[in-house]
Amino acid sequence: MTTTKDSFASSVWSFFCSLKLTISLLIALAAASIIGTVIQQNASPEQYLKEYSASTVRLFDALNFFDMYHSWWFILLLYLLTVNLVACSVKRLPRDLKIRSVPTLTLDEGVEKSLSLVEHRKLSGNAASLRDKMATFLRKEFAEPLITEDKGVYHLFAQKNLYSRFGVYLLHFSIIVIFIGAMTGSYLGYKAFVSIEEGTGVSAVYKSAAHDPDMETPEQLARRTIDLGFTVRCEKFTVSYYDNGSPKEFKSILTVIDNGKTVIDKRPVIVNDPLSYKGITFYQSSYSPAGEPLFHLTVRNRKGSAPAKLSLRQGERVALPNGTLLQVLGYTEEIKSIIPQASGPAVKLALTPKTGAQQQIILLQNYPDFDSERGGDLIFAYKGLDQKWRTGLQVAKDPGVWVVWVGCALMIIGICMAFFLSHRRVWIRVESGRVTIGGTANKNQAAFRIFFYRMLEKLGKE
Amino acid sequence: MSSSFLFNATTLSYLVSMLLFFLFLGSRNRTIGYAGSIIVYFGFILQTVAIGLRWKESYLLGIGHAPLSNLYESVVFFSWTIILIFALIDFRYKFREIGAFVVPFALSGMAWAQLGLNSGIDPLVPALQSNWLLYHVVTCFLGYAAFAVACGVSIMYLIKVHHERALGNVSAGSVVARFPSAIILDDLNYKAIMVGFPLLTLGIITGAAWANYAWGSYWSWDPKETWSLIVWFIYAAFLHARITRGWVGKRAALLSILGFIATIFCYLGVNLLLSGLHSYGGG
Ligand code: HEM
Repeated sequence: MTTTKDSFASSVWSFFCSLKLTISLLIALAAASIIGTVIQQNASPEQYLKEYSASTVRLFDALNFFDMYHSWWFILLLYLLTVNLVACSVKRLPRDLKIRSVPTLTLDEGVEKSLSLVEHRKLSGNAASLRDKMATFLRKEFAEPLITEDKGVYHLFAQKNLYSRFGVYLLHFSIIVIFIGAMTGSYLGYKAFVSIEEGTGVSAVYKSAAHDPDMETPEQLARRTIDLGFTVRCEKFTVSYYDNGSPKEFKSILTVIDNGKTVIDKRPVIVNDPLSYKGITFYQSSYSPAGEPLFHLTVRNRKGSAPAKLSLRQGERVALPNGTLLQVLGYTEEIKSIIPQASGPAVKLALTPKTGAQQQIILLQNYPDFDSERGGDLIFAYKGLDQKWRTGLQVAKDPGVWVVWVGCALMIIGICMAFFLSHRRVWIRVESGRVTIGGTANKNQAAFRIFFYRMLEKLGKE
Repeated sequence: MSSSFLFNATTLSYLVSMLLFFLFLGSRNRTIGYAGSIIVYFGFILQTVAIGLRWKESYLLGIGHAPLSNLYESVVFFSWTIILIFALIDFRYKFREIGAFVVPFALSGMAWAQLGLNSGIDPLVPALQSNWLLYHVVTCFLGYAAFAVACGVSIMYLIKVHHERALGNVSAGSVVARFPSAIILDDLNYKAIMVGFPLLTLGIITGAAWANYAWGSYWSWDPKETWSLIVWFIYAAFLHARITRGWVGKRAALLSILGFIATIFCYLGVNLLLSGLHSYGGG
């Protein structure tokens, strides 16, 4: 009875230790990950129904294909990988620790048989003088030897890069460290978003937006609201453009006020240069206009009255003293694409006289006299607009992120140790008039072989 | 002299060098092989100068940035890294013959860039204005290049063993006889992946660091990120199979080719077929 239990336990154990499991898991993860790159993740139900039939959507939903990387079965694969890693380390570690703490010091017959590189040399001198000669030789060409004596025969043992044996453990351990960091972040941190109108501040941010914000109940909103404990103000938001019209820089000027005190004053935040305060980081992410722009115009009479100022919003109808109605139909920051000869901002107005047909006119900010060429009684000029912006900030708190970076650093160190260093060992048995030299490396035997024979060549010359 | 003239000269050099390497395999004439190497390094120097010039040209346009910002520039850089890795192997192991299977990758990159891609120097959009761009792209592409070399070597390996099996032993005069021995090809495959894997790892890590710095999330399962992880899984599986289960020869070669197909999909397929954050590469 106990034996079947034992054999069951041990077969479970060897299953989790096995490299077959590792390779299968790595391939399975690779294959599974493809699904998530082909099927869009976390889209709205309507979007899915547009792309797939209703029954396919139901099937995919049941298989968690729409939020695959957080599905139970994907997480399970990651857990299996972790268990696999721990199990194989636990199994191997004692053996490697033994190599470290109880090194094989003598080149006896058994060891000699197990080595593929063994050479015999006849050298003049008695055992003691040869021993000293060999010790100097090893010290110079390889590493400091440990010397033992056994019935008049001396054994020299030297090794290099013993610790490279532990690179694999470091590497495997680093993966677990990264997982721990990622879990810390997902339990204790959050990703949120906030948009702040110029000249105002906020002290709360919102976790992932609802699919349909208009349908959201106050309770739902409250549930995804996070109180910052301090206030972030957006003083100003600006966009600048390259000559070719593509965006050059999005910039928010942010101020942080904590407990009534300004702790960060007017710090510019641009993409790739976030602002951090109390472990919470704000990233420039998007922007949108806040309300309708206010257009500034001047109007003067052709007969020579002084220009009068006039401000109005898009769509708003304003009556001029002579009864003409004025309305802004549209505007652009750059007219070039419509009128190639001109440049700069422009507005399009509709003029509706008391009697007569509506007339549409264009005003160019850079050419204030442009409208006089139209020949109307009233001459308009465009002075620019006021547009308030809202800056959109990604907000993140991730107390686990430094753990992830530590894990990454360990991984790189572990990889270099595991791949590029090998534990090299050399033994020399010294008897009167003859020495026997053996060596081995736990990796890259071919390179060690070259090293070994080069070393022996030097011995010949001494 | 403009960078685009030099890039054309580079493409031509790689073409000539590839033909010489083919001829070298056919003729077994050492001088021809030597000439192939000389010309490929000549092309490499031209390309290095051209990349530097393009960098300078972007500064003259007032939008200075490292020439790694769009698909054209990345393809050119990819070609450059492939020849760099080839040079390392050539100098270290003196197996010039693999040039016939590695230079074609670099040549196809250059030919595609020069003939099919928009080579305009564009200003950097805000998301790319970061030093991380340099670290990330350089490490990723060095890794990809090592995988390209591994793939070329693996193809050679498969041809070699196929011929050896089909003909008993390769008759001394055949092209395949000129290939390095199967054992050496197998070993070079492993060595190239051993170099590529840490570089890819660094590439993924620098990408994660950059993403964290730019939008506060080091990993968001974006298709490009996910595909780089898929590639990483494949090569990790390769290394485990190799190191501890002794997968050598044909299976290792096939896995290496599969890995490179995944790499190319990660580099190009994702941009052309899937949507995501790395859309810049599609330009
Ligand atoms: C992703 C999760 C991983 C798992 C589950 C895993 C698991 C394993 C297992 C079970 C072994 C066999 C140990 C033995 O021989 O008893 C092993 C060995 C090894 N692993 Fe991993 N591994 C992982 C990641 C990695 C990565 C990313 C690398 C880097 C390439 C790596 C490099 C190695 C090396 C070099 C060995 C051979 C050790 C030796 O025999 O010298 N492992 N791994």
